[in-house]
Amino acid sequence: MISRRHLLSAAAGLALVASASAASAQQRVQIDFWHGLTQPLGGMLEQIAADFNASQQRYQVNATFRGAYPETMVAAIAAYRAGNAPHIVQMFEVGTATMMAARGAIVPVQDLMAEAGMAFNPNDYIASVRGYYSLPNGVLVSMPFNSSTSILFWNKEHFRRAGLNPEQPPRTWAETREFATKLKAAGLNCPLTTAWPTWTQFEQFSAIHDVPLATKSNGLGGMDAQLRINSPLHVRHVQTLVDMQKEGTFRYGGRDGAADALMASGECSMIHASSGLRARLLRELPGGVANLGAGFLPFYDDHIREPKNSIIGGASFWVMQKPGRTREEFRGVAEFFRYIGRPEVVAKWHTDTGFLPITQAGFEMVQRTNFYQQNPGADVPARQMLRTPTTENSMGLRLGNMPEIRVVIQEELERALQGQQTAKQAMDRAVERGNTILRNFERANRGAATRG
Amino acid sequence: MHKRVIFNDKLLPYLLLAPQIAVTVVFFFLPAGQAVLYSLYIQDAFGHDWQFVWFENFEVVLTDRDYLDTVWRTILFSGAVTFVSMGSALILAVMADKHIRGATVYKTLIVWPYAVAPAVAAVLWYFIFHPSIGFASKGLVALGVNWDWKLDGGQAMAIVVLAASWKQVSYNFLFFLAGLQSIPKSVLEAASIDGAGSTRRFWTIVFPLLSPTTFFLLVVNVVYAFFDTFGTIHALTQGGPGKATETLIYKVYSDGVQNLDLGSSSAQSVILMLIVVALTAIQFRYVERKVHY
Repeated sequence: MISRRHLLSAAAGLALVASASAASAQQRVQIDFWHGLTQPLGGMLEQIAADFNASQQRYQVNATFRGAYPETMVAAIAAYRAGNAPHIVQMFEVGTATMMAARGAIVPVQDLMAEAGMAFNPNDYIASVRGYYSLPNGVLVSMPFNSSTSILFWNKEHFRRAGLNPEQPPRTWAETREFATKLKAAGLNCPLTTAWPTWTQFEQFSAIHDVPLATKSNGLGGMDAQLRINSPLHVRHVQTLVDMQKEGTFRYGGRDGAADALMASGECSMIHASSGLRARLLRELPGGVANLGAGFLPFYDDHIREPKNSIIGGASFWVMQKPGRTREEFRGVAEFFRYIGRPEVVAKWHTDTGFLPITQAGFEMVQRTNFYQQNPGADVPARQMLRTPTTENSMGLRLGNMPEIRVVIQEELERALQGQQTAKQAMDRAVERGNTILRNFERANRGAATRG
Repeated sequence: MHKRVIFNDKLLPYLLLAPQIAVTVVFFFLPAGQAVLYSLYIQDAFGHDWQFVWFENFEVVLTDRDYLDTVWRTILFSGAVTFVSMGSALILAVMADKHIRGATVYKTLIVWPYAVAPAVAAVLWYFIFHPSIGFASKGLVALGVNWDWKLDGGQAMAIVVLAASWKQVSYNFLFFLAGLQSIPKSVLEAASIDGAGSTRRFWTIVFPLLSPTTFFLLVVNVVYAFFDTFGTIHALTQGGPGKATETLIYKVYSDGVQNLDLGSSSAQSVILMLIVVALTAIQFRYVERKVHY
């Protein structure tokens, strides 16, 4: 009886809360925001939206999770075709070319801000981030938010067990293999793995070694780019991975972010992953922050003495068009963007998650605190990103249908790791298939090419 | 006279049929027509640029090495699923048909898996055989098997075949059991009196008399393996590693939904549609006539 009464009053309370929030929600302009971040990052992002909602009375940003990045992208495009696109969608960096070609479906951020009469200076954003999301004429198209780069994380406890200096990460690929061999000898059965295999082992790899991933400045210079990942250096690198996997010093952890879990569970000793993985590792890795090392990606020192800057990954926010969307709604989107560009929001996101501080003001704000002294390694991504002036090969990439190309490269890499083909065959085949995809994109977007 | 009384309203039969026709039009004819239309165009992901290209999408698909590989893989996959699920169902049915204690319980248990949704079944198999946490994997590793179907295409295929067949065993079991029960006992008794052993009775009497059921199930299972195994594959391997478990239906999904190449994906759908038409025609034409008794 008591429990039933409790239930009833709880239900009544819930109904009250629901009707109250429904009433206040009705007065506000609703902004739909689809994101693709899993926990804990997704929760942190939703918290930012909640903070924005609490900071003013007119707009209500509804942040909802729509599956991982690729799924969110597909869902947003399908929604657009059905005349039902959300106001804002978070899109990973490789979707950039596809979105840019879709004039009419999107509203460039710079135009949005101008339309809303809001002061907005793209130069507040650091150059490598701004460049990635700008048209060749310099107009910023999407709102930068969570930019990451790929770095090395290692498990200090595992290093200690293998008799390695826990503070000293491998600098080169030769050292990586040597360390991995020692880790294996110490009974650790996953010395090295990699998340986002295409991004870390091909895209980032090409940038830091200053070799092209594709012609036309990796596609930034035009849609008629050709892949170049069958170069001797790329083939050699695939061979290294194949050899290491055979000797048990490298473990393929699956496509996309699948390998993250292997590091977080304490199974693997080293991982090449997104700097944004830091938040999860701090929560889940046995031993926590004291056990987590962060360092630069390794390189082949006989190929390059001073490796170049790495490039960004992560995602940005795109404003989408749909029939009947009002000025007031766009105004709300602009207000939200101004909010997330505030130095304190940028700084908090960076320190909470491990993503890059994307504005100069936000970066300086963090530097004024003693955060970097207290969290050794948290500045590694920014330092690796900014260590050299960018070259043609380390500015970023813009290839149409890049998500599909990433899958192709993963497939061919998997076939090489299975021993079905040699490293050279894998890369030749990846180039051949990837170029077909690029030509299809060029063809399907002929209109956009002439317009743009 | 009677007919006129019952159907005096010419509209009524059409009205009664209308819901069914509406459902068929909305869920079959419209999408199918759209697929045929899309297959003749190249378009961008957002649907802004449309170019009419006649049959170029078909030409590209049918000359693509990956597509032809997928065709062979699908045939292999369907053959394996059909063989495993029908074979084990037949064995189970023959055993369940004997007079054993608790036969009803036994039959119910075998029919059970059919109630499990394909994706759920796949997730169960996923956990049982997960390379790092599955208990079956631990057993295999202990036996010295290098078990990692995230990377080994053959193993991945084996898992997908197993999961897809397991689902279908129940269905086949029911039909085989019904088929077995309709075989006249007198024929079997006569054979026994003539001195035929149980193996011989099975191959010379039971199996031929079951052939209508077997043929029907063959068609149903091939169709199942071709078209209804998407959920299983998606939940288990997403077509990987490499393309080791990508079947035709999965390729339609990955090209259309993931890669946003609607022209090619639609062309592949149309090809699949033709395959279904062919399979159905075979079934109607031969299922009753050609199977001998």
